[in-house]
Amino acid sequence: MNYGYYPGCSLERNAAAYDVSTRAVAAHLGLGLDELEDWNCCGATEYIAINKLAAYALIGRNLALAQKQLHAPGNGRLAADGRAQLVAPCSACFLNLRKADRYLQDDETLRTATNEALAAGGLRYDPGTIFVRHLLDVMVNDVGFEEIKRRVTKPLTGLRVAPYYGCLLVRPRLGGELSNAEYPTELDQLMKALGAEVVDFPLKAHCCGGHMTQISAEVAYELLRRLLQNAADYKADVIVTLCPMCQLNLDAYQSRVNQHFGAGFNLPILYFTQMMGLAFGLDEKALGFGKEIVSAAAALAKIGEPPKAGAPARRRKDDKALPMPGAKP
Amino acid sequence: MAERIGVYVCHCGSNIAGVVDVVQVAQWAAGRLKHRGVIIARDYKFMCSSLGQELIEQDIKELGLTRVVVAACSPHLHEQTFRNACARAGLNPYLCELVSIREQVSWVHTDKVAATEKAKAVTSGGVERVLWDEPLEPLRVPIHPATLVVGGGIAGIQAALEIADGGHRVYLVEREPSIGGHMAQFDKTFPTLDCAACILTPKMVSVGMHPNITMMTWSEVEKVEGYVGNFTVTVRQKARCVKTDLCTGCGVCEEKCPKKVVDNVFEAGLGYRKAIYTPFAQAVPKYPVIDRENCTYFQKGTCKACEKFCPTGAIDFSQQDELITLQVGNIVLATGFDLFDSRRIPQYGYGRLANVFTSLEFERMCNAAGPTNGNVVLRDGLTAPKTVGIIHCVGSRDKNFNNYCSAICCMQSLKFAHIVKERTGAEVYNFYIDMRTAAKAYDEFDQRVRDEGTHVIRGRAAEVTDAARMPGEEGKLIIQAEDTLIGRQRRIPVDMVLLAAGLEPRRDAKQTAQLFGLSCSADGWFIEKHPKLDPVATMTEGIFIAGCVQGPKDIPNSVVQGAAAAARVQGRIQQKEISLEPVRASINEHRCSGCRICNNLCPFNAILFHDDRMVSEINPALCQGCGTCVAACPAGAISGTVFSNEQILAQIQGLLMLNLNGGRVEELVAA
Amino acid sequence: MTEQFEPVIIGFTCNWCSYRAADLAGTARIKYPPNIRLIRLMCSGRLDPTFVLQALASGADGVMITGCHPGECHYLEQNYKAMRRFLLLRRMLTQMGIEPQRVKLVWASAAEGARLAQEITAMVEEVRALGPLNWGKVEVPAFSPHPSSLKEEVPA
Repeated sequence: MNYGYYPGCSLERNAAAYDVSTRAVAAHLGLGLDELEDWNCCGATEYIAINKLAAYALIGRNLALAQKQLHAPGNGRLAADGRAQLVAPCSACFLNLRKADRYLQDDETLRTATNEALAAGGLRYDPGTIFVRHLLDVMVNDVGFEEIKRRVTKPLTGLRVAPYYGCLLVRPRLGGELSNAEYPTELDQLMKALGAEVVDFPLKAHCCGGHMTQISAEVAYELLRRLLQNAADYKADVIVTLCPMCQLNLDAYQSRVNQHFGAGFNLPILYFTQMMGLAFGLDEKALGFGKEIVSAAAALAKIGEPPKAGAPARRRKDDKALPMPGAKP
Repeated sequence: MAERIGVYVCHCGSNIAGVVDVVQVAQWAAGRLKHRGVIIARDYKFMCSSLGQELIEQDIKELGLTRVVVAACSPHLHEQTFRNACARAGLNPYLCELVSIREQVSWVHTDKVAATEKAKAVTSGGVERVLWDEPLEPLRVPIHPATLVVGGGIAGIQAALEIADGGHRVYLVEREPSIGGHMAQFDKTFPTLDCAACILTPKMVSVGMHPNITMMTWSEVEKVEGYVGNFTVTVRQKARCVKTDLCTGCGVCEEKCPKKVVDNVFEAGLGYRKAIYTPFAQAVPKYPVIDRENCTYFQKGTCKACEKFCPTGAIDFSQQDELITLQVGNIVLATGFDLFDSRRIPQYGYGRLANVFTSLEFERMCNAAGPTNGNVVLRDGLTAPKTVGIIHCVGSRDKNFNNYCSAICCMQSLKFAHIVKERTGAEVYNFYIDMRTAAKAYDEFDQRVRDEGTHVIRGRAAEVTDAARMPGEEGKLIIQAEDTLIGRQRRIPVDMVLLAAGLEPRRDAKQTAQLFGLSCSADGWFIEKHPKLDPVATMTEGIFIAGCVQGPKDIPNSVVQGAAAAARVQGRIQQKEISLEPVRASINEHRCSGCRICNNLCPFNAILFHDDRMVSEINPALCQGCGTCVAACPAGAISGTVFSNEQILAQIQGLLMLNLNGGRVEELVAA
Repeated sequence: MTEQFEPVIIGFTCNWCSYRAADLAGTARIKYPPNIRLIRLMCSGRLDPTFVLQALASGADGVMITGCHPGECHYLEQNYKAMRRFLLLRRMLTQMGIEPQRVKLVWASAAEGARLAQEITAMVEEVRALGPLNWGKVEVPAFSPHPSSLKEEVPA
């Protein structure tokens, strides 16, 4: 299967590890990622609030480029429904692209204005021609857990992983997202397929604070502390993310959070594609390890250790515990 | 002889007259349709009132009307009313047409001119149709005096007892091994807090001992044939593997059975039962059943512990399912509800967080005969909670799941608050959206529970989490909710969470509806004939509904409906026969070419073919009047009463105003 | 401003589902355009294709056929027969040069008042866009004679 690939600005700089690991894993799985030529920034989360038309033109330009490149005759990238698939690994880019496609479809005035703006650059976008997908969705639903399990050569046994989705991927519901907005489980299942011990991370879809670190640092620190505290309470060795913003905040601001609250968190924050590459036995250097600020070396050394949680104790005769819902006797 | 038609246009107060110019419609009919036989057209405030009806009767008598058209509400509401009026005046009731200018015109359109024009067209359609109406006699069908009641919950029990007390035979079919339904699972009933078993078991025993009730538990209806008055029902009596004539209900088999299974039905998954079991001690009948899927003998071929220990030799592994055919005149469906699956709201943690319980689990927990002997404890089975949070409206009043209110959860949650306080002294927090306690003595109960010190927080809970954020939250379940009365987010740490899960139609409600030929609402509840005036009858004659199958309701209302359905059935039985619409098809033998196209179209096998004469014939006793064969006959040899080709074709032309004096073209030019 | 074309649509309804859906739309005061005029049948299976042709020939611009959802027929399975007839009829109408959008089959249960109203609104707009059918334009057919003069002579 071939996809258009929109890396987004973060993946060129702070999230370079995400980019290289994505490319490495995709190549390993035989997914064709065809990077958009001459793509530009998606405008991130704020721009829509500042200047709507400019924001939609900015996002629309990427969609128009995708339409031009992916719908070019004979490139074989069209899905059965006639749409071309564009993959974005960054949750903010994904949401912006998906949202723009939908809103341009629904709002005729906006569509006309945006296309007028795009026409200045000789471009045009017809909403509905590009199906924007997040990388996790592609891995889970197109590649599938079975295929992923089959590829695992170095299971992540012994590593306790807190799967962290953040908020931009799961909401708003524009169609085609993860199964549940409040408590998604796709990343959990993916990590399980890689052999990791998955922590039932209650804050998995809570906000990391986003750009609050720049606007109101204290608010951001509290949000980050909750996430780190919760992961630490659950004895996670690493937090696995799928969003450059979440990774940056949790990783780069971890020492500030420690300072601010007098805490001692030491949780490496890794991308799920890095974990996939690791389990597939790919070269660690090619997966961008070492670029993280909180070092993952100590945590990764645990891989291969026997699992901490032993087999559940056999039920004793005098055990009065009530069965859990859906339990087999 | 030319027909003499009277047209009556109803104002229905302002319901019709507010949108349709009824006076104009009447005048128009009198003038423009005069040549079609309309000799009088009147408008009147309420045609269905006795004065309105007398108007028609008087005109029939004084003006010698031979046909009547009433333009008013839906025929499903008042067709019978106006037919009766005609009959009283000596006109055959089937020479009266009621056309709807309320439900299909004034209530759905806003443009007054266009609505008035449509009302004229609809009236014109009625006038053309009535010309082809034939005088008919209603079909009379005898009513078999036996009744089938499906579902042995409180609604079904009530219906069965009332009909049986009236001296008529009742077959009560129940899917589970015992009757009792959900009510048998409860501990206390609101608002009086009397014990559910104490008031239910005597009724169950009465059912079991009633000479007029044939109880068929561990059974399911498999096929329903026939129509009102004479249904043939096939019931599958599942193999109990216990000979009921020998079993004394001593319970030794259950004691000796080595196989323990989680009981997901009666114990709501909170307790265990054996592979051979009676669901609960007061079960009626007292005979156990073997659950073949879990029985060691049926799965592995060895064990037979129950057989070895049975003192009367009542165990019979070779028993087979039995198909039993019943003849009944009426059917009462009381198949109840299923609980909303709380796992569908993952942020409430049910199934993930051990100390989150559903309402039904908690009912079993506080029941003295339940898995914890009535002790309110955490999932470990030992620890009493110090704080309990109760979340209302789980899966109800929520666009993501069910839009409707489940009606019982507020009172049930308040009841839980009271029981928790009484048994453990814990602090209780109820999270509600609106407190709905609208019935006799319900609101007083709400006041009482609040006076007992239960905290009530108005706000839908956002999530239940074990992620501690603040000191004091460690090791607790935290309920986060916006307290909308103080406008603040609150986090309440508790030991135990109870989810007041909503009521949903049975998972197989759709199949049940198809089996009995009923329809379901968009939510899946069975549709009653009229939501206000006929809540227990259905669109299918002879089939009644009672209890939660019709919509969420509490015990008193289920009992009321059970009794109401019984009253309706008894009325039918008393009358001994029922009049039905004479909508039937018949074949004109002279025109039938014997092509047999119609033969395979009839799902009721009402059409038989005479090999000797090479013609088909319709058996009027089997024909249900759908008219499919009428439409299919290439020779036009089949005609259907009340919906004949002539009537429909004439109505089409009338609706399209082809009958106007002077022609439609002129009318169009004039407009 | 040019006057908008107002199509006339004849709707056939089933006594058990769609007629009740229409009643329900009324009770719930759901609005739809007044361009549709409904005829009640006992079942969509009663629909003789002649009715559709007659309606179109007599000046209707479109015909909506409604019945119970598949599997929910009051007479077990007659709505399937209606569907078969509908598909054949539509093919025939296409051959006669009539746009297939002018004849529509809609399933509506007794609970689906809102849905029926929605379908009617959509169809009115669709037929409005198609313009008048003008099938019976040449001449208004003579209206059927009075039934009393037309009683069928049955050979003895």
